[in-house]
Formats: sequence, structure tokens, C-alpha cells
Amino acid sequence: MASPGRAVKTVRLKAPVAPEDVAGLEIGTVVYLDGRLYTGREGVYKRIVGEGVAPPVDIAALSNVNFHCSPAASAAADGSYRIGAVTATASFRFAPWLERWFALSGCKVIIGKGGMSGEVYRKIFVPAGAVYWTTVGYGTGALLGRGIKRVAAVHWLEDLGIAQALWVFEVENFGPFIVESDLAGNSLFEQANEEVSKGFAKLYEGTKPAILSRYGETDSRDDELI
Amino acid sequence: MIPIASIEQAATRLMAKAAIEIPEDYLGGIKAMAERESGDLSAFVLQAMLENYEAAKEDRRAMCADTGLPRWFVKIGNEARIEGGPVALEAALRRATAAATYEVPLRPNRVHPLWRTDHNNNVGINAPEIEFSYEPDGDWVELTTVHKGGLFGTDYRMLFPGDGIEGIKRFFLDTLIAFGKRGLACQPAIVGVGLGGSKDTAMSLGKQAACLRVVGDRNPDPKIAALELELQALGNSIGMGAMGFVGSSMVVDCHVEVGYTHTGGLPMSVHTFCLSSRRACARVSDDGGIEERTDPRWFTPYRRREGVEWPVQAERSRQSG
Repeated sequence: MASPGRAVKTVRLKAPVAPEDVAGLEIGTVVYLDGRLYTGREGVYKRIVGEGVAPPVDIAALSNVNFHCSPAASAAADGSYRIGAVTATASFRFAPWLERWFALSGCKVIIGKGGMSGEVYRKIFVPAGAVYWTTVGYGTGALLGRGIKRVAAVHWLEDLGIAQALWVFEVENFGPFIVESDLAGNSLFEQANEEVSKGFAKLYEGTKPAILSRYGETDSRDDELI
Repeated sequence: MIPIASIEQAATRLMAKAAIEIPEDYLGGIKAMAERESGDLSAFVLQAMLENYEAAKEDRRAMCADTGLPRWFVKIGNEARIEGGPVALEAALRRATAAATYEVPLRPNRVHPLWRTDHNNNVGINAPEIEFSYEPDGDWVELTTVHKGGLFGTDYRMLFPGDGIEGIKRFFLDTLIAFGKRGLACQPAIVGVGLGGSKDTAMSLGKQAACLRVVGDRNPDPKIAALELELQALGNSIGMGAMGFVGSSMVVDCHVEVGYTHTGGLPMSVHTFCLSSRRACARVSDDGGIEERTDPRWFTPYRRREGVEWPVQAERSRQSG
């Protein structure tokens, strides 16, 4: 093994996350979390932000960490829940709801898959004092499943189903996550893209565009699809 | 007669095994990539994934919570007789899928495309997909389940003979780069390429190449085998690793499958299997015995036959004639 992660810094934080912890995070840092967080994705956003339905619980009082996740879970006959693996879903699809969501919920950390564009960070995350952490892999479902110590509550399970319900988890040594954005709006992924893009001209040397092109097609590999 | 209860029992076991246990061939491929990876973050990701595979096995929990779209590939020996026939077989696979969704548990990913109705069991209209293939002489049935993520990492394009090998390489790179950024394709993974056939055949072949061939397996056509290795090396030379970070880990292996196609066309598909490449296979014998393995052995010489007659049949008809 090429001494993996030798240059990777690791921190352990408490959730809800303190403002000074959010402010002090550098992109590329690995984070493990203890405390409480909740899940919410398009089902929750659509209802609360889109349709103006009152949240089922005071979200700001729950936590300031929102996990874009659907657990592999099932309900037992006694009303308890079995959580198997836990993995995030790709977050870029939820950007349209987040400005209102931050205002409504007081959320300061979004955990998900793949991050958002730098533009979304600068326009929506930074003014709200929020940052983005990405899950690793994707995904380390079994490791994250281990980190969930208790299902504190689940809301809207009937209405939204297991995948879209708002789950509240008590977690311990929950991770790993990688800090993808900071309060200046920098994106680790965009920095990686920029670095990788430098080799594209050489990589594509000698190839030519396909004979039949497609509407809306970009021929610039520097572009992203999200 | 193959007992239907044995088929259902095997199928239920396979659902759990696929979700929880990383196949050995793939694990070996990832370990080898981790050795070579020089990008710090990409190496960290691979190390975390290796720990995750261990945790999944120890805890008996799914390795990834996006347990994908569970589906079935069924190979039936020509002499096999299944209790209750193919309808009973399909019912057994649907029951096993639903039961495992609750028991493992898996994420109930399957919803109606328009109404988003979720039966919470990964079963619905046209779900799970069950694809059939046949094999001369056997009196067994082989079941393979694949749990592959369903959103990113796959693309299709109608190329033309004039696009040639350079066009194939370009579309291969385009797909890996487009979905490799931010790691949306969950690379490194086994990449399958389907070439030829009708458009839907090109898609199916690429999917099967990614999901039903093991790391290290080569296409029997030496020129296609060389193309597989060339595409693998090309993918790993992009400069991108796990999660789109700087690195060299994109393609654990590349498998190419072909089908005879329209004389004017060269349809192509690229499929990226997951970092948690989930497949499990078992043969159920005539006496109900269940033998598990991880290599689906889907692409047999019979499956890739080129002539009108399969040689054995041709031999028989020559003898009888």
C-alpha cells in the first residue's frame, strides 16, 4: 500500500457543529462525527420548501447537520428500526431548494455525495455560513452503518417511504467524510477537476469528434455535467 | 426435476451475499490498484473502501446503502426441467428479491417512474429484470444477481464505421471523464463496453460485460482482448482516481462484448460497475443441490457462437444424415 492517506488530516467533531468548527475546516480534511444529525432529500425539501408544509419537528432544535441519505433500513414488528448500510445520494440535484432550506432549518453542514458547484457554494452556502462534506468512496455504507448508534426518530415514514423519510440518528465516530467546501466557497472537487483537466489535450490527441453529433453536446472536457 | 424451493432458497442467499460480500476477483483488483495509487486522497478513498468491505462482512450488513437495482441473470441448461416451469422460476426470484429487501435489509430503491410508488420490496412493473440465457447439455439452472447503482456512469452513442477505433477510444474517455468527475461513477470499477447489435443490444452487452465477467477475464478474440487491455490502460492514464481526485485508479478491468450490427453503424455503450461491484452466482442442480460461486460464466462459447448451427448440433445432424 502506498501509505494511503499519509498527507490527509483527520478531525473528530461534535454535532450539532459549533460555528468555530465550521469556520476552521480546510478542504481535503477528513472528518468523523459524534452527536445527532438528520436525513433529508428531495422528498423532505419538496414538501417543506416547495409546498410550504410545516416541518414535522423543529428542525433547528434537532441538529445543524443534514445528511443527503437514504438508509437501507426496515421496520421491525415492535416498531423499532434496523439500519443496515448508510450511504449518501448525489447532492447536486437538491441545489434549487437549499437557499430556503438553510433559512428555515439553520443547517450549517450538508453531508452528501459529490458536492455542489463552486457557484452554488458562493451564492447559497457561504451567505448561510454553511459548508459541504462529502461521503467517501462511494460509499462506505457498512462503516457509516456502524456509526449509527440509535434511531432517535423518523418522520413522514408513511408519506415518503423509507428512502425519503426524515430520519434522526444518534451517531458515534461516524465517517469518514471529506471536507469539500469551505466558508470562502472553495471546492475540493473543482480543484481536482482543474488539476486533472491539464492532461486532457494530450489524452485526446489524435482523436476527432464523433461523425454524428448530438444536441446540447459540449466538446470541452473542462465542463462538468452537474 | 429442479425443486422450486431450492431455487428460491439459493436466490434468497444470493441476494444477501451480493449485497454484503465483495467478490474475491474484484477485491484483488482494488488491492492491486491501491498499491499503485500515488494520489493521497484517491489512496485514502481506496483504503476506506477496503475497510468498508471488511466491516460489511463482519457485521453482515450491505457494503453500500445504495443497494442499486437488484436484477437477475438466469442460465438454463438445455436438459433442465424446473418444477412449476419458467413462471414458477420468475415468481421465486421476485419473492427472493422482496424477502431479501426486508431481511438484509436492502434499500427499497424501486419506484414507479411517474407516480414514485414504492412497494418497499424492490419489486414492481418490469422489476426486477430477469434475463435468460441457455446452455447445451446442462440439467441445472444458474442464477446470478447483480446489484448495480442505477444513476451514473453509463452512456450510449451511435458511432459509425468511419469513427473507427479512435472514435471508440474517444467515447470511452468521454464517458469515464464525464461521470468520473466528483466520482459520480463510483470508480474505480469494472468497465463494460458493448459494441454492435441493435441499440438495445449494445446497451445490454455492455452491461453484461461490466457485471457478468470477472477481473482478469479476457475476450477469446485476441484482437478484442488487446482492445480491452488498451482501453483499461487508457482509462487509468486520465490522471483521475477514486472520487475524481488526482490519481490513476479508474478502471479495475475492461471487458468488451460484441454483436453483429447494421452494416452502416457502430453502436457503442459504456457501463461503469460500482466501487462496490455486487454480484453473486449459484448453480442449482437437478437434485436441488446449491453450489455458490462469484463468476457468473455468462459469456460461454455457446453464448458467443457465430455460425448458424452450434457445432454439437451440426455434428449430430451430420451423423443422423
